[in-house]
Amino acid sequence: MIKMLAFQTLRVVSLKIIGSSCNLLTNNVYSITKRCSLRSLQSQILRPLSSHQHNLKVPKVPTWEPVPEEELPRIPADLVDKLERLALVDFRTQQGLECLEKAIRFADQLHVVDTSGVEPMDSVLEDRALYLRDDTVTEGDCAEELLKLAKNTVEEYFVAPPGNIPLPRREERAAILRHSEF
Amino acid sequence: VSLAFREGRISPTELCRKCLNRIKKTQRLNAYITVTDEFAMSQARQSEARLLQGVDALMHFVLGIPKGPLDGIPFAVKDNFCTANIRTTCASKMLKDYTPPYNATVVQKLLDQGAVLMGKTNMDEFAMGAGSTDGVFGPVRNPWSYAASYRTQGGAASDSDWVITGGSSGGSAAAVASCTSYLALGSDTGGSTRNPGALCGVFALKPTYGLLSRHGLIPLVNSMDVPGIITRSVSDAAIVLGVLQGIDVRDSTTVPAPSALTDLPEDFDVRNICVGIPKEYHAPGLSEETLAQWSRVADLFEKAGARVKQVSLPHTRYSIVCYHVLCHTEVASNMARFDGLEYGHRSEMKSSTEVMYASTRHEGFNDVVRGRILSGNYFLLKQNYQHYFVKAQKVRRLIADDFRHVFGSGVDVLLTPTTLNDAACYHDFTQEDNRTRSAQEDVFTQPANMAGLPAVSVPIALSRRGLPIGLQLIGPALEDKKLLCVAQWIEQRVGFPSISDCDDTQESRKDPRVTRREQTSAV
Repeated sequence: MIKMLAFQTLRVVSLKIIGSSCNLLTNNVYSITKRCSLRSLQSQILRPLSSHQHNLKVPKVPTWEPVPEEELPRIPADLVDKLERLALVDFRTQQGLECLEKAIRFADQLHVVDTSGVEPMDSVLEDRALYLRDDTVTEGDCAEELLKLAKNTVEEYFVAPPGNIPLPRREERAAILRHSEF
Repeated sequence: VSLAFREGRISPTELCRKCLNRIKKTQRLNAYITVTDEFAMSQARQSEARLLQGVDALMHFVLGIPKGPLDGIPFAVKDNFCTANIRTTCASKMLKDYTPPYNATVVQKLLDQGAVLMGKTNMDEFAMGAGSTDGVFGPVRNPWSYAASYRTQGGAASDSDWVITGGSSGGSAAAVASCTSYLALGSDTGGSTRNPGALCGVFALKPTYGLLSRHGLIPLVNSMDVPGIITRSVSDAAIVLGVLQGIDVRDSTTVPAPSALTDLPEDFDVRNICVGIPKEYHAPGLSEETLAQWSRVADLFEKAGARVKQVSLPHTRYSIVCYHVLCHTEVASNMARFDGLEYGHRSEMKSSTEVMYASTRHEGFNDVVRGRILSGNYFLLKQNYQHYFVKAQKVRRLIADDFRHVFGSGVDVLLTPTTLNDAACYHDFTQEDNRTRSAQEDVFTQPANMAGLPAVSVPIALSRRGLPIGLQLIGPALEDKKLLCVAQWIEQRVGFPSISDCDDTQESRKDPRVTRREQTSAV
């Protein structure tokens, strides 16, 4: 009975929720669709954790809210084309494009941070001197092994299709790629 | 079990065979992409030959030329580490048939110690993801999905309610959690080792950036990648770290190890340390249970005489955004090497080089990878470079400085949660896309990658659903040993149940010749 009382004083679980969803997670992204049985909840009551007092150093509630996001940026068609050419990767579907727009919106949160007078950081090892060794050749000469990895080779050359031909326009590209799909 | 080998109670080949059988039994977990059974058995035989040399072996130990405690111990490697003549795919179509001609440095070091390679483990494609659900070989299942604790308490109605392992080194964590190998290598860029470590109830270590060589690790983000170590006990992780750390001439971003790692002290005195609790790590969405465990461990420290104080890392909330930008930009750069010419998949289209490249990359990469490349390229456009990329680099410095101030003010180690919740079931996890999930799951783990600091995830307790919850410890750069000491102290006191306690299937692992501790730990 004492353990039941201790259990009731906890903010964590209130007896009201027995029989309803056991979603104790404050994260509303996951939806727990399974319901805990009364029996399993009762077995929790007997666990030592239920009489634990919260440590004062650990904050009881979240200390920040997610930054509110603004409208989705729209990416103009010519920029889409430019990105596809630069990356040599296509968006494939409208969903891909929306994903990019969401990524940009997410990244826009950075701009609320004040970084005046701060130098960009390239590497966490910036305070160290790079380890250098003597400029002598110690390994190599493995052309044969490496050529084996490529699909199309002739003697010691990798064979590539003709170059200096610009990528076709977007509509043609989409047709070509659909054709090459697995 | 290393002791069991030396005392002749069990041989490396027997153990290897047992682990291989166990891999076959646990195939539904999909933890392995490639199982190297013949290679493993031949290595096990060599290890056995060394041990059977009797007096000579003893002389070897005495003279210090030995293979050491990892001789004959089964291990697994995440599939983005190159292994000579063994297929290395990064769970992607792009590298589906790629066989590297060399071993990654960390893999070579383990093989030199006589450890036995069980196979290459499954992961998210190119290590992008937080669930190990997006690889081309299918998702990895958490071994705890089949443990009695989840089956009774988690409300699992059927076999399809299995939970994810977390990612992206999910296969490595599942391999260690299901006892098919004693240790595994993962890679950690934003929490990819600690996240599955926490969700699978195993110990995960992300060493200081630069301590372990990245030569042979197919890169994701060069300035944050670190090979990670996953084991069932802290002492094993310490041994592995001791073996793997150090300068590598083939990786110019390695730093000299601070000191040779000797065994961790059995009774570490916590009264000398100060534990910091960063208040910003109670992020929106943290589960009540994880919060309760965080509080419980903080109490454990206080009762034992350590100083526990609340500290602040003010830029934590922006850390995930900063990571997002830097990760995508570096990925866009690193994925540019996959053009089909020198290795990997090559498209049949050959009207021009550009078309061949574009279709190779279209066919070889999945949506997640392509999405990241495209957003990375967006952030790197001339018009956006200052606005996003350089801004993110500046925020990175602010985050690294936050840590520096806190550690400079007398705090020895920070105690934080590792993940927001325990493992989600696959059905729920896949309701949102990969990018959103990564942004949610990585919130506690990636600041340590941004600052290059060592961090560990220690399994603490089971949740109400019968699944593991872990807590994270972050330490100052190059103080990995102290971090491991504190982690071991916690491990000794929290009493995390072993999965075999919760396993109701009949296991031939219960071998009377091998003690319980030896079934789980290498040393």
